[in-house]
Amino acid sequence: MSRLAATCEALAKTGRKALIPFITAGDPHPDFTVAMMHAMVEAGVDVIELGVPFSDPVADGPVIQRASERALAHKMSLKRTLDIASEFRKTNQQTPVVLMGYLNPIEAMSYEGFANAAQRADIDGVLTVDLPPEEAKECCDLLKSLGIDPIFLLAPNSSDERIKKMDSIGSGYLYYVSLKGVTGAGHLNIVDVENKLQQIKKNTRLPVAIGFGVKDAETAKAIGNIGDGVVIGSALISKIEAHLDEPELAKNEIVALLTSMRLALDSHSAS
Amino acid sequence: MTEKYNMPDERGHFGPYGGIFVAETLIPPVQELNAAYQRYMHDPEFIAEMDADLQHYVGRPSPLYHAERWSNELGGAQIYLKREDLNHTGSHKINNTVGQALLAKRMGKTRIIAETGAGQHGVATATVAARLGLECVVYMGSVDVARQSLNVYRMKLLGATVVAVESGSKTLKDALNEALRDWVTNVDNTFYIIGTVAGPHPYPAMVRDFQAIIGREARQQCLEQTGRLPDALVACVGGGSNAIGLFHPFIDDASVKMYGVEAAGDGIETGRHSAPLSAGRPGVLHGNRTYLMSDDDGEIIETHSISAGLDYPGVGPEHAWLKDTGRAQYPNITDNEALEGFHALTLMEGIIPALESSHAMAYTMKLAPTMRKDEIIIVNLSGRGDKDMQTMAKREGIEL
Repeated sequence: MSRLAATCEALAKTGRKALIPFITAGDPHPDFTVAMMHAMVEAGVDVIELGVPFSDPVADGPVIQRASERALAHKMSLKRTLDIASEFRKTNQQTPVVLMGYLNPIEAMSYEGFANAAQRADIDGVLTVDLPPEEAKECCDLLKSLGIDPIFLLAPNSSDERIKKMDSIGSGYLYYVSLKGVTGAGHLNIVDVENKLQQIKKNTRLPVAIGFGVKDAETAKAIGNIGDGVVIGSALISKIEAHLDEPELAKNEIVALLTSMRLALDSHSAS
Repeated sequence: MTEKYNMPDERGHFGPYGGIFVAETLIPPVQELNAAYQRYMHDPEFIAEMDADLQHYVGRPSPLYHAERWSNELGGAQIYLKREDLNHTGSHKINNTVGQALLAKRMGKTRIIAETGAGQHGVATATVAARLGLECVVYMGSVDVARQSLNVYRMKLLGATVVAVESGSKTLKDALNEALRDWVTNVDNTFYIIGTVAGPHPYPAMVRDFQAIIGREARQQCLEQTGRLPDALVACVGGGSNAIGLFHPFIDDASVKMYGVEAAGDGIETGRHSAPLSAGRPGVLHGNRTYLMSDDDGEIIETHSISAGLDYPGVGPEHAWLKDTGRAQYPNITDNEALEGFHALTLMEGIIPALESSHAMAYTMKLAPTMRKDEIIIVNLSGRGDKDMQTMAKREGIEL
């Protein structure tokens, strides 16, 4: 069983919800990321989504766009993101790491070259925003053959048929994009998410993490009540952006926010 | 070629290129669009309405004009200009926006978005949106807003909202990124009119089909005027919609050579250019696989061209396929050479071409002298140069 599947299973057994932070590798500086990952683990996160910077992040709102730009200004790349993951893995063998990014950097490395490099870096899952299942077979087969979970997105307008397709091709978990829009958008509607999750759960046995638009502990708890995990990205990166010259301060604020979310999520499972 | 050309396949592939590479939220709208496109392209009522608009609103057919004086001056092949510059709004872009806007109406969409580089597609979109009473938002890189301010004003007069995009290189690719972000946010009521043969399937095929009227007319006009097919076709290639529009109806005519002219900017060797087919590599951007200007890490490289309409790091996937199969050639022309083409056509024929089209003119100046006097070149004069007066004047140190 993959590290990711084992983590999800352990969470399900205890009724806990996965807390999944997203940060962009190399933002605001490549030296910052590994320490930040360890700090997030101490704050109680279950899985880390590591964003691979890309020059044209069309699914992202302005906050994550700027994170990509800052990282690229330091010559961050897919290869260096994998280096960061390897570095993290030296002292943490438990926490799954999922790469989240766009297809072109993977194409530039070649699918085979990427899959092998990801395995060497002990990556657990790969979520490629602009690689829908119809075009994904070759890349997915390679990743799966090396024990890496390909993770797929579901959207508010995904049909039963699409959800079943993601269920059959994806593994690890499915990522439900909670609103029509880009990351960090401000129009998350809990009732809509709840209704959609009922439809999704009828069509998949994979755990479902929910992201896009989760900003605080209260929303995290509401989302945690609905799905199996909560992804939080732009709200964390906003902290980095607010303290570009003082990364330690950003780290402390991110830890504080994640800790409050952990508490909120766990109070749900206890109740 | 014994078998008839029949690209793309059902899922939008031109060989290894094309396809659908978008985030999940855009899959349903792309599928909905494809269903509507498949249905209406064979619907006699839709086709009749579109043909009537193209005739009475756009002013088609556009003339095929024998540039006799210029041909004699160059001393080689006879040059015929396909006069897309004479269309309403001043370029070939309106052929496509008329078609897509009619589709939007059939699909019940009330809001139109578009990206634009030089502003020609933005103007053509704002124009049809005004005519149909649809809300229109046009995304344009802030660099292009500055260098094509005349077109920005035209769009505003037509009732469109022009959003200056400040991210990335602040040019056409970033305008496309921002339009995609708008679409993903407003999928329910919004129709995205892409201006070139890029984007996810069905856009490359659909935009080509709307632009193929250029080549169908040119083929018939050439037969009528000269009694034979041309020997060569020349068109500029940014995303490549005017080129594929001219080329497509000739693909099965093996004797007709095709030249798509990319923008070499300061020169291919300087790295400051917009020529992915000449000096790029295959990759995935904006919904399809094609040749791209990208670095070893797969990051998209900033492009450069004097012409905003060619300043794009990708190219339509069908051109990638035509390049690989050798059916079309893709030479390139520098900024300085394009300016020579601009002045030559202006002085020799009294026609001021757009800077985009000037690349095709400049290549024609190289090609024609290598051909016999009884041979024929059709050059796509895809747009007129009025919009470029400020750029030209500035380049030549003249204050208007």
